[in-house]
Order: sequence, then structure tokens, then C-alpha cells
Amino acid sequence: MNASLHLWLIPLAPFAGFVLNGLLGSRLPRWFTTSVGLLAPLVSFVVVINSIRAFTGAAQLPYVETCPHPWISVGSLHIDFSLVLDQLSLVMLLVITGVGFLIHIYSVGYMRGDPGYARYFSFLNLFLFFMSTLVLAGNALVLFVGWEGVGLASYLLIGFWFQRDVAANAGKKAFIVNRVGDFGFLIGIFLLLSNFGTLAFSEISAKLAGNPAWQGGALTLICLCLLFGAAGKSAQLPLYVWLPDAMEGPTPVSALIHAATMVTAGVYLVARTHFLFDHAPAALAVIAVVGAATAIFAAAMGLVQNDIKRVLAYSTISQLGYMFLACGVAAYSAAIFHLVTHAFFKALLFLAAGSVIHALGGEQDLRKMGGLRKKIPITFWTMTAAVFAIAGFFPFSGFFSKDAILYAAFLSGRNGQILWFVGLVTALLTSFYMFRLWYMAFFGEARSPDVHPHESPWSMLAPLVILAVLSIGGGWVGAERFGAFLAPSVGEHAALSTIPHLELILSIVAVLVALEGWLIADKLYRRRPERAAQWAAALPWGYKILLNKFYVDEFYSAVLVKPLLAVSKFFLDWVVDKGILGGFAWLLAGIATYAGMILQRWQSGNLRSYAAWLAAAAAVLLLFLLIPWHADWAASLHIILKGAGAER
Amino acid sequence: MSSALSQGVPLSAYLLLSAVLFALGVVGFLIKRNLITVFLSIELMLNAVNLSFVTFACQWHAVKGQIFVFFVMMVAAAEAAVGLAIIIAVYRARATLSVDRIDLMKL
Repeated sequence: MNASLHLWLIPLAPFAGFVLNGLLGSRLPRWFTTSVGLLAPLVSFVVVINSIRAFTGAAQLPYVETCPHPWISVGSLHIDFSLVLDQLSLVMLLVITGVGFLIHIYSVGYMRGDPGYARYFSFLNLFLFFMSTLVLAGNALVLFVGWEGVGLASYLLIGFWFQRDVAANAGKKAFIVNRVGDFGFLIGIFLLLSNFGTLAFSEISAKLAGNPAWQGGALTLICLCLLFGAAGKSAQLPLYVWLPDAMEGPTPVSALIHAATMVTAGVYLVARTHFLFDHAPAALAVIAVVGAATAIFAAAMGLVQNDIKRVLAYSTISQLGYMFLACGVAAYSAAIFHLVTHAFFKALLFLAAGSVIHALGGEQDLRKMGGLRKKIPITFWTMTAAVFAIAGFFPFSGFFSKDAILYAAFLSGRNGQILWFVGLVTALLTSFYMFRLWYMAFFGEARSPDVHPHESPWSMLAPLVILAVLSIGGGWVGAERFGAFLAPSVGEHAALSTIPHLELILSIVAVLVALEGWLIADKLYRRRPERAAQWAAALPWGYKILLNKFYVDEFYSAVLVKPLLAVSKFFLDWVVDKGILGGFAWLLAGIATYAGMILQRWQSGNLRSYAAWLAAAAAVLLLFLLIPWHADWAASLHIILKGAGAER
Repeated sequence: MSSALSQGVPLSAYLLLSAVLFALGVVGFLIKRNLITVFLSIELMLNAVNLSFVTFACQWHAVKGQIFVFFVMMVAAAEAAVGLAIIIAVYRARATLSVDRIDLMKL
């Protein structure tokens, strides 16, 4: 191997930024905070770019950097702190540090004037630290450290404006729901350890490769546990409920953590451990079903949301469902491809939405927007690029990745066509709700005439423009070439069809469906705006269910949260805490109190009584000195009772 | 031996005098109400102890006991100065010297 690539700098640069800004940021001038906050991801990004040369030379891949001291070394268990760079982690790192850096720049403009400016940047750097650790991890335990860390950063940033109860509660909800998923992940890690005796991905992969007959059984269980963890982090059914609430955080945070990077960690996990899933077809089927169901379910909820960020949140859940669907049909490279393009256009959508919110002075309700096309043209055009990309129009990036997923789904076994159809319906819904957002925000008359929108500063617009370029051109590399590049990491996905021109036909169908979604949105929200309300009135039942998000939150509240709270209140609080623990404490306190009440009579304040006690005590001491003590207590007692003279 | 003790007065007489003086001091300390009398009782006890110190020093030809007496006298002098100052302060504040009425420490 050639010279070191210094992978350790990738996580540690943001960590240094976190420490500097976290400790000193609020005491130092703003330009210092800004430059530290921006320099950290920039250093990471440069190191990542530099590490690309490992792929051009005759270098040994995957490239491994291991901390010289073992992290855990107990008996036969040996875990190193190792970082691994291969094709998969390179792609993820490029997205994380690249998009992350752009969002840092955007934040400079967006968070200007916020009293928590330094805190914000230190948290954002902390997130990059954990996220790059997660992606570079060479074994499941290091990955878990990053996994928990991004959860922490997510919690801190969702609740960034913790003065508002809604934000604080949303942070708690995200953290707790993620804990549920992490429980599954942790069990999965334990099972890996007991089945393989190691946690290093390369060793597990080698053991499985040496034993191709090993299918299902414990592997299915491991995979389902990992899937549960992935579902928590990536907001899949049934653990998606935290993501819409997470929109209480600042908009750049939603873009970075809850759209582009952190929520895709579940997809990354599945791709990283694909060698396990390849041996567990049942778990793969579960992933495919979960992904497809999440995709259509979330898209349906996104149809009627009126908060611009919530529409995007449901859209994110739905697109993550697509990625899971791709993983479920073993098209890992398609999933990662969609992950990358989605990172571009969804980050752009959120940042543009943030620009709209910024322009309107904090307004997030789509019903109060409108007519912004002329007022904020750069935001409008970049947003347009993202909308077309997510809807899947040729030649925008979303087209290529979505197409790859639908194609892979169509070709996967007996039920592939069902998955494909669900994906297609989801594409229709996606196109509809995105154009609905587009029309409501940018077209028609301004519905809040007293607001005067203004275009955002350059620090916000520059990332928008760069991301717009990426959203348009990010998919031109093509799914085949992308898959070929990733193949050493995630394996070949041979999707060969016997029907000629099938891929072309499927692509045309997908674009037509997207067009249909556009036309419906155009009709309902531009040409005849009254029709949307009529539809809602005609189907009050369905509209209400969608508006209330299928009552899933209410269901969880009734089935899980309320019973738990009741148990906490009646059993843990009243019986255990107030009854047993409290009773014991009261008992001790009571003993002390009554003992004190008796002993306090000594403290009479009467000087002569003190003196009398003193004299009496001196007399007793003297007596003790006079009595010849024996080692034998009984004999001493005998002497005391019979008098000192009895001895002689 | 050329000590005073060898010239007829026995050791026990000195010790008895010391014990009587000490007992008088204790009794005075316990039963008197006037703060100054209590104070003088303390001095009496100190001097009773001093007497036994010098007695034993003479008996055993050990100079340590005599040195100790000087220390006690020195401390007693300092104590008298501080104690009398406190007594004056107490009298000014409370217009009484009865120890039974100086009971602010009582619960």
C-alpha cells in the first residue's frame, strides 16, 4: 500500500470543530465560529477527495486504517477501532461531507442572528463526526457508536429551539423511537458475535463466503434484528412516526440529517451487511414489503399536508421506502444510487423550502404562500429542478435512480410485479404532492399580501444552485456504471430480462405516471383551485384519515404510550416510588427525627447542666481507669459488681 | 533527698489538699449562679491541678511538672483576660450575670 490516506482526519476534523465551538464558540466573535464550523467539514471533504486516488492507483482495496491499540480485547473477543474505505463508504462519504459542507454554508445565512449560533455549529459538526464514523466503520461495534452518535446529534438538533415545548418533545420522540430500533440492532450485534465470534465485516463476509450452504435460520433472525434497527433510523414502518415531528428542528438540519444523510444510515447498514441478507431470502422479502408499504403509505399521507416541511418529511419517508424496496430485491447499488440522488434533490428541496420560509419571515403553512415565483426567482428555479428530479422526469437525476429501482423490482421473482406496481403508484402520488407544493408555494396569488418576500443572501443561494446542478446532472452517470463501480462492495446485481426493451418501456411508463401526477396537481391547484376543496368535501372520510396521518400517532399513543404512562404512574410512581422507596426514606427520616427529639433535651442551654455532665463523664472515666480490666469481659463485670476491692 | 516532702509533711497531705481544692472548684462551678464565681471556681480547679503538678515534680525530681505549671499559669492568665472580657460583654448585652439566664444556645 502507498502512503497513508489519513482517514482518521475525516471524523476527527468535525470533532475538533465541535469541541472548539462547543467550548469557546459563545465567547468568541462570530467570524471565528463561522470559520471553525465551515473549516471542519471542508477538511473532511478534502481528505475524502484525496482518498479517491486510492481507487485510481493499484492500491489494495478495501483500504483499512486501524488504531494501533485494540479497543476491546477480552478472551477470544478482539475488537479494533478500524476505519475501512471501499467503494460504498467512499460514495457515502462524498455525499456526507459534500452535501454536509454545502448545508454548513447555507446555515451561515439561515442561522444568522440566532442566539445559539455557536451551539448550532458545534452540534452540526458533532453530527458529521458521528456520521463519518458510522460510514467508515470496519466492524459492527464502531458502526454502532456512530449510529448512536448520530441519534444523539439528531436529538440535540431537533430540540435545538428547546424553549418551545413542541421542539423539545419532538426531540424526545425521535430519540425514544430510535431507541426501540436500536434495541433490535443491538440484539443483532450480539447474535452476530455469538454466531461468528467476530464483528468485523470483512471476517464475517469471508466466513459466509466459505460456507455458501448456510442459509436462513440464525441468519434470518440476525437480519430481521438489523432490519428493525435500520427501520428505526430510516423511519420505516412501523417506526417512522418520529420523522415528521423532527421537522421542528432548524430547516438546514432537516435537510442534512432528516433527509440527506442520517436517515439513509439504515439503507447503508443493509448495503454494508448485504452478505448476510444474501443468505437470508426471507429477511430480504420482509425488507421489500416494508419498503414498498412505507413508500406508498407515507406518500398518501404527504398528499394532504399543509406544512411545507411536513410534505417533504413524508416524501423523505416515502423515498426511503423506495431505497428499502431496492435493498429488498437485492439491488443494493440501485438503493445507494437512489440514496445519492435523493440526498441531492431532497437536501435541495429542504434548503429551498428553508429559503421560502426565510423569505416569508418564518411562515411554513402552504395555504398562506403563493405567487412567490417572481419574488424569489432563484429559489423558485432551484426548487423546480428538485421537484422535477423527485418526480422522476428525464433527464433529472431522480429519473435514473427511481427507474433502476423499479426495473430491479419488476424483475425480482414472482411478486416483483406487485412491488413494481406499488412503486409506480407511489411515483404518481409523489409527483402529485410535489407539484401541489410547487403550485401552492410559487403560483397563483399571494395569499398573505402583507408579507414582503425577499430573496435570501448569497450564502444560502450558492448551495441551492450547486445542489440544483447536482439534482439535474447527478444521475447521468447511469445506474449500470454506478452499479459496476459499487460491485466490489455490494456485489453484482445481475438483472437480465428476457423481454426486449423492457427497461425502456418501464421508463416510459414511469415518466408518463409522473406526468399524470403533474397534470392532476396542475388542474387542482392552478387551473381550478376550488376543485381540491370539492374533492376533500366529497370524500370527507378519506380526507380526514389522510389529514390525521392514518391515526397512527393516536394508535401508538393509545396502545403504547398511555398504558406505559399509566403503569409508570400507578405502579412505578405510586407503589414503588412513593410506597416502597418513599416509605423507607420516611421511616429513616422518622427515626432520626424522633431520636433527635429525645436527644435535644440534652441541649438545654443551661451552662451548669453541661458542666455537671462534664464532671460526671470525667468521674466515669476515672472509674474506668481505676478498675483493673481483664481481657475477659465476664471477669471484669464480676469485679465491678463485687467492688474493686474483691480482686485483692 | 533534699526535697520539702522529706521534711515531715507527707505526699498524701499535698495531694489531699489538691483534691479538696479541686472538689471545691467543681462544686462551686456546678452550684453557683454568678458568672464571676463560676469563673473563679475554674481558676481554683486550675490551681488545684497546679499544686498536684508541683507536688509530683518535687517527689520525683522531674522538672517537667514545674514547666507544666508555668504553661498552665500562662494559659490561665490569657483565659482570665478573655473570659473577663466576655463576661463584661455579656453583662452589657444582657444586664445579668446569672448563668441560668444566659441560655441562648437552648433549642
